[in-house]
Amino acid sequence: MAGAKEIRTKIKSIQNTQKITSAMEMVAASKMRRAQERMRAARPYAESVRRVMAHVRLARLEYRHVYSIEREVSSVGYIIISSDRGLCGGLNINLFRSALESISEWDEKGVSTKFGIIGNKGLGFFRRFGGNILCQATHLGDAPQISELIGAIKVMLDAYEEEKIDRLYLVSNSFVNTMTQSPQIEQILPIKGVELEEKLPEYWDYLYEPESHVVVDALMLRYIESIIYQAVVENIACEQSARMVAMKSATDNAGNLIDELQLIYNKARQAAITQEISEIVGGAAAV
Amino acid sequence: MSTIAVEIVSAEEAIWSGSGTMVYAPAEMGEVGIAPQHAPLLTRLKPGEVRVQQENGEEQFFYVSGGLLEIQPHVVTVLSDTALRAADLDEAKAQEAIKQAERDLQEKTSEMELAKAKAELVQAVAQLRAVEKLRKTAR
Repeated sequence: MAGAKEIRTKIKSIQNTQKITSAMEMVAASKMRRAQERMRAARPYAESVRRVMAHVRLARLEYRHVYSIEREVSSVGYIIISSDRGLCGGLNINLFRSALESISEWDEKGVSTKFGIIGNKGLGFFRRFGGNILCQATHLGDAPQISELIGAIKVMLDAYEEEKIDRLYLVSNSFVNTMTQSPQIEQILPIKGVELEEKLPEYWDYLYEPESHVVVDALMLRYIESIIYQAVVENIACEQSARMVAMKSATDNAGNLIDELQLIYNKARQAAITQEISEIVGGAAAV
Repeated sequence: MSTIAVEIVSAEEAIWSGSGTMVYAPAEMGEVGIAPQHAPLLTRLKPGEVRVQQENGEEQFFYVSGGLLEIQPHVVTVLSDTALRAADLDEAKAQEAIKQAERDLQEKTSEMELAKAKAELVQAVAQLRAVEKLRKTAR
């Protein structure tokens, strides 16, 4: 009964792993629900800022903000939103792959790239990749606050204002449903047109207090921050659901493995018993 | 009595939405009272209290720590800040984010040196083994 003991220990260890993965699956499931709620909670602000932005763009304003002016591209910036932790399937890798595709497109045109990284995994990847990382924000936890992101966002915006970068993209996962998350790349700066459904009279402008540019600056900042915050919250929902799916399949795989090993174990045991009996019978016959 | 739609939101959650007959908000240049059909206005808010008078005579109070106020004739939007904002505070945060990146870059160089040293060590060991083998065969 040589192999039986080893097989038994192996089954035991796989069972332990299975316990862990199934626990992680349940944790991820409950965290996912909360992350989705946060995602929904952030939506009204994003919509309101968007609406106000659309109004402002329609208003007859002389002041043209630097964020809305297109210029020739010699360097692009990426804000890459990744998860802090692993064990979430191909979520981060898919995201990085689509980012790299876009980066190599710019590379061919001789445009340099700079990065602002949110999340530990992205940081590790782009450090190995050798990117020029301007700023980072990691360890945001499950409930990130906008105040934790302000610093990193400001660095990228400053870089844009100082013409160190001429475009800013946001790379993040969008939450399609629990089973599907898809990486997306969105241009943040220069700000593209914001669609508006309602009709407003053509000639009008706001009253601005104190000055139009002060107020518009503040609005632009909040608009961009809200886009990025929304993306971060959405990415967390993606992370949790990806982890849930990955852990579920790990648990299932462990179950299959255990079944197979159990079969092998039974066979080995049976073979050992058969052998023993035939030895006894053989021994008795000899006497 | 005519009313105006009111939406009070912060980045992390929706705070209140409804309608009121009169809205008071702490604008940067002084408190503003907003009646329905107010002219379009865009202004920053100071920390203070937003009050909404509802049709049934009840008043709603909300504290905002700053933000933006947009007025359209039919809707008032309060974009409330959740974070404490000040130019120098933002700057400090930005500096911190940069520093973090730089610090990690330095760590990276030491990591790289370590990796390089390891690779060299492996090579040296391999060479040593080769030499030993040569000696054995020579004997």
